[in-house]
Parts: sequence; structure tokens; C-alpha cells
Amino acid sequence: MNLRECEILIKSLEAEKAKIENVNTEYYDELDAQIKRIQKETYSNLSAWDRVYLARHADRPKAQDYIDLLFDNFYELHGDRGVKDDRALIGGIAYFNGTPVTILAQAKGKTTKENIERNFGMMNPEGYRKALRLAKQAEKFGRPIINIVDTSGAFPGKEAEERGQAEAIAKCLYTFSNLRVPIISIVISEGGSGGALALSVADRIAMLENAIYSILSPEGFASILWKDESRAQEAAEVMKLTSYDLLGKKVIDAIIKEPLGGAQECIEYVAENMKKYIEEELAVLSKMRMKDMLEKRYMKFRKIGMI
Amino acid sequence: MENLFKKRQERLDIFHSLRKKVVHENIKKEIPDNVFKTCDKCNESLPYIDLVNNLYVCERCGHHIKISGRERIRQLFDENTFKEFDKHISSKNDDHFAGYDEKLDKYKRSTGLEEAVICGVAKIDNHKVAIAIMDSNFMMGSMGQVVGEKITRVIEYAMKKKLPLIISSTSGGARMQEGIISLMQMAKTSSALKRYSDQGGFYISLLTNPTTGGVSASFAMLGDIIIAEPDALVGFAGKRVIEKTINEVLPKGFQRSEFLLEKGFVDMVVERKDLRKTLSDLIAFHVGK
Repeated sequence: MNLRECEILIKSLEAEKAKIENVNTEYYDELDAQIKRIQKETYSNLSAWDRVYLARHADRPKAQDYIDLLFDNFYELHGDRGVKDDRALIGGIAYFNGTPVTILAQAKGKTTKENIERNFGMMNPEGYRKALRLAKQAEKFGRPIINIVDTSGAFPGKEAEERGQAEAIAKCLYTFSNLRVPIISIVISEGGSGGALALSVADRIAMLENAIYSILSPEGFASILWKDESRAQEAAEVMKLTSYDLLGKKVIDAIIKEPLGGAQECIEYVAENMKKYIEEELAVLSKMRMKDMLEKRYMKFRKIGMI
Repeated sequence: MENLFKKRQERLDIFHSLRKKVVHENIKKEIPDNVFKTCDKCNESLPYIDLVNNLYVCERCGHHIKISGRERIRQLFDENTFKEFDKHISSKNDDHFAGYDEKLDKYKRSTGLEEAVICGVAKIDNHKVAIAIMDSNFMMGSMGQVVGEKITRVIEYAMKKKLPLIISSTSGGARMQEGIISLMQMAKTSSALKRYSDQGGFYISLLTNPTTGGVSASFAMLGDIIIAEPDALVGFAGKRVIEKTINEVLPKGFQRSEFLLEKGFVDMVVERKDLRKTLSDLIAFHVGK
């Protein structure tokens, strides 16, 4: 039984439970126990595809939710000063525990309307150039940068190509690699391809427990390698895209715990864990000598696939 | 008299028929099947010997035919000056991806290469340069950990020895079979280029057909000067993906070199016959004659 089927089953059991008027019956307790047992069994043994499902869950908290919970006095700053403002990226400044920071957050919407405005979290070149502008501004004023990553990929559109999607992403990798302020990136749901990597060249990279991070979406992967998009589930299992896989490969530094059932079950719990992580790592990074921090950041990527 | 002419004609006929036969047999015997190559654009049959002299550019339509990394080195650099680095490192199938080992073996045999990039140093009009030349015959020039590692090493070498750097790209993008590790090579190569650049290194990126995906979104687009061969496909997303996303057919010439020149993403489009001189001149500008 995959997670989706399990969710449907639990919903039906809960509906049945709700129908019972007298909560003191044995049947009620039995139903309750059954739901708990199914939840525990399923959530403590998630397949990669289950995590893909959770990472894309409609109710899963979005970047804006975490911005609201983690930071104070947030001011959004718009535009790349060239073409326009890309709403798939929220950029701005705020306080984190009293320290000014720059926030760059890939934003999916909560409703269809908002998703259309935000292009489903798929950035255009001007979004990456807005990120570059704000990152350089952060460097100028010595503000640490917190990146929130949540995108299925950079937008594969006609105008995106005309305005240099490849160049914009390449410039992000290039510039972030040597930016003279601490950078922490957290993949909250989907980290897809170069579009996610552009905001993931950082001193620390963490993933929420049920987030995914991969070279391509499982659908795209199956389509390219097996010419069959419907084999996405199979692709997810071989792609090593879960937080645990990537921690094992040392591509990420930490996993931020989620409650049983996923982040949507208790966002405060996730935000608290994220806060703790950022707090601890910023403390470490801000004590380091700039030269050492940059050398470590360089080596972090230099070592991946080193022969 | 009449007879004489007749006899002569007869003898001539015999001679001609024999000659035809001989020529025919000779062709069959001495010249291999691949004496002609068909231009993949205009379908003209081009004799190999002319093609080599013409740098693999179609004489009829001017199409720049795909060439191997070795041929690229022959065309661009001074004879016998190329020294190869890291020739023997080859990819491993760390994730035990089904069918990947066989694929690697197949391409190793068909290309005689260990991986999709050839790195080293060479001279161009006596100027020493660090070079990385990709070869799309090897798994579409896709970038896995070995390609990323070899390119990073040659960038670091250029930095250490204060040499100019030329990278000739041709790639379908990151190598799917190596998953996230391939993706990370984009960050690795770009970080190395940033360091090289900060120390004053001069990097020319040459874009050849095709340069897309993870390679275009990393080192290929980071040159101090970016040159493209005519009509090369250069872009981030594939044509099919874009058409599916926007639900319309893309115009002719979309994502081609001339399109990128017009949009401001390459410095120049240079024909193959002028490439060597252009590169040599640009290097000379930056290292002094």
C-alpha cells in the first residue's frame, strides 16, 4: 500500500469514526487503534515514491509559511532591475533572532490562482538575476543569506531561453561559490535540477525529512532514460532523491525532522527545528575566518565525485 | 581505311571497358565503404578526403558537421603540442544503475575514449593553453563525475600555472545515470572557474553543436569570451520540453548560435575555418605577443 492509498483508507476510517455517536463503544476504540496502527506502519517505512508524494502534497507548507514563522520584520524586495519581478522567488530582508539576514525563497502558491501568479515555483532568468542582485547586496552589508529551496525546476519556457536561463543559473553557481557571507540553504519540498542547485551553493545545505532533491523530476528521468513517463515511481526508487540518501552521499549536511505524516501535520514543529538548525549553524559560520569559510565551501563541492 | 577506323574503335572500346573494370575493382578493393559522408543537413555525399581538408564543413551548404574531440584538437592546436591529462580515469557505476556499465563499455569501444572529455595542455601559435575538449560521441557528451572532475582539474591546473583556458563544449547535459552527483558537477566546475577568474585567469568558452542542459547552465556560459560555431544548438531546456510546456511550436532557428548572438548571450559566431586564428588572436590579446 503506498502513501496515497493509505491516506484514502485513513480518511474513510475517520469518516466512519465520526459517524459513531457513542464514543465509549469498543468499536470506536478499535477504529481509533486501527488508524494509529496504519499511520505508524506506513509513515515509519516510507518508500522514495511516498516521499515524492509528501514533498508535493497540496497541504504541504510553502516558503511564505516558513518566512512568517522564522523571521521578524520581513520586507520583501522586488525585481532584477533588468526585465521584471519574478514572483516565483520571494526575496527580502528580515531579522533572524535579531540579526539582519537576506532571504531568498522559491515560492509555490497555495491556491491555483496563487500558483499561476508564482508560475508554480518555476523561476525565469530574471528570478535568478534577482537572487544575484540581492545576494550581492547581502555581501555588501555583511548579511548572512538564508535560501529556501522549493522548485520542480527552472521554467522551461520560450522567453526563459531568450533571456538566457542557462547563463542565469550558471552565474548563480559561480557567484554564490565565493560570496563573502555565510549561506544556508534548506530544501523544504522539491529540489529539482539546476533550478534548485542555483540556490544551493552554500556553506550548509539541509533538507526537511520528506523533501526530495534530484537531477530531474522522476517523470522527466523516466521519460529521458526509458522513454516512458509513467515509470516515474520506479525512477524515484533508483534516483536516490530522499533526504536520507543524500545525507549518505554527503551532498547535504543535515536532515530537519518532520512530524509523523509530514510537515503539514504540524508546521510549528518543523519551523522550530529549522530555527534551531539555522541558529546553530549561523553561530558556527559567523565565528569562522572568511578565508576558511570560503575554502570549506569550495571543498564541499570540490570533493563530490573527486577521484 | 574504313577498316582501320573500325579496328581502332574496337580496340578503344576494349580498352575503355577494361579501364572501367579496373577502376571499378580498384574502388571496391582499396577504398573503404565510408569514402563518402552524407551531410546531415543537405544530404550531399561528401568525399572524406575533401571533408578533412575542409575541416568537416559541408562544401555545399556550409553545415558544420559534428567532429570528435581528437579532430577538434587537430584543427585548433599546433601539431604535436598536445599533452593529455587524466587520460585513464573512467566512470564507475556507484549507484549500480541498471545497464550503465554496458553503456559505458559500448562507448569506450566505439570512441576509443575513456570519457566524454579530453583535457590537457597544447599550444596555439606557440601560446601554451590549458584545454578541455568535449566529445559528443561518448554518451552524448553528458557530464558525470569524471567529466566534472577532469574539467575541474584542468581549471585548477590553468590557475596554478597561470595559463589561459579554452573549453570546447558539446553535451546533452548532466548524466542521468549518475544522478545527483552529476548535478553537483555543475557547482564544482563553476566554483573552480570563479576562483580562476578571481585570480585573473582568461577563459574562452567555445560552444559547439549541441550544448545544452547542465553544461550550458554551468561552465559553458561562464567564459570571459563566449564563441559559438554557426548553427549550433545552445540552450537550457530541450525543444520538446519547451514545446510541451508552452503548447506551441518553436520557430526555426530557436536556440541556435545566431539566435543567441542576437539575444546577447554569445560574443561571436565564428566559422570553423576562422576558429583557430580567432582563438589565437584572442589569447594573444590577453597574454601579450
